[in-house]
Amino acid sequence: MGELTLGVFPSLVGSMSLDFSFKIAEAAVAKGHKVNMWLSGNAVMMAKKGQKAFKDYSHNEKKMKELIGKGMEITVCEACAEARGYHKEDTPEGMKRASMDWYLAKTVKTDRLFHIGGE
Amino acid sequence: MGAVKLLFVVQRPPYKSENPRLALTHAIASQTAEIYMDDGDSVVPIIAFVGDGVLNAVKDQQAMKIYGVTSTEDHIKNSLLIDMPVWVCKEDMQRLGLKEDQMITEAEDRGAELRTKFVSFAEIQKEMEAVQHLLFF
Repeated sequence: MGELTLGVFPSLVGSMSLDFSFKIAEAAVAKGHKVNMWLSGNAVMMAKKGQKAFKDYSHNEKKMKELIGKGMEITVCEACAEARGYHKEDTPEGMKRASMDWYLAKTVKTDRLFHIGGE
Repeated sequence: MGAVKLLFVVQRPPYKSENPRLALTHAIASQTAEIYMDDGDSVVPIIAFVGDGVLNAVKDQQAMKIYGVTSTEDHIKNSLLIDMPVWVCKEDMQRLGLKEDQMITEAEDRGAELRTKFVSFAEIQKEMEAVQHLLFF
């Protein structure tokens, strides 16, 4: 099986690109691939715990936790998070925080990189 | 695995969105990515400005004075300082009426030897086909 790395930058609310990223990740995990996800820019808010599900907005927290449980590695850009007032204690269990070099390093071993840009 | 080439393509104008800055900061982060990699592995980034993204490479930016933040120019000059190739699409410069003397061409004041390269879109496209991974911002 292969390794897929997703670089995800769109915002939590206001764009369906983040939902798309999770659908891709879910499909790849279901096929047995190793999946890494890098959340950066506005996408870091995806990794903040305590999100409330409203029917007006997409809600991916449950799916994200399921995927972490299935071995998907999710890492959040630490600088992007801190700049948005989102600190280490706000990070859900199983999720890592790192600097941007983590994402760059993942590009070396991954078979495919999907870079899903922000707004 | 050895050296993996990455092409960062920036198509958004500066200060309008976070994208150009994220492209530059991620590309510059290649300098410290080794801590996560096996011996002998490395990432080799190139950054190319296309479309309205060429506006990122206009010189004499006053971001600190106007917005109180570091300028995109600062990041581009730091890219040259670490020997990261900086490419700007010539056709898109022409479309916006920009001449080379209006652009960031060097960072000699910081000790950089590398200079900005003004290239055709065909050259950028050729690089898009040659690199392992392409990152659009």
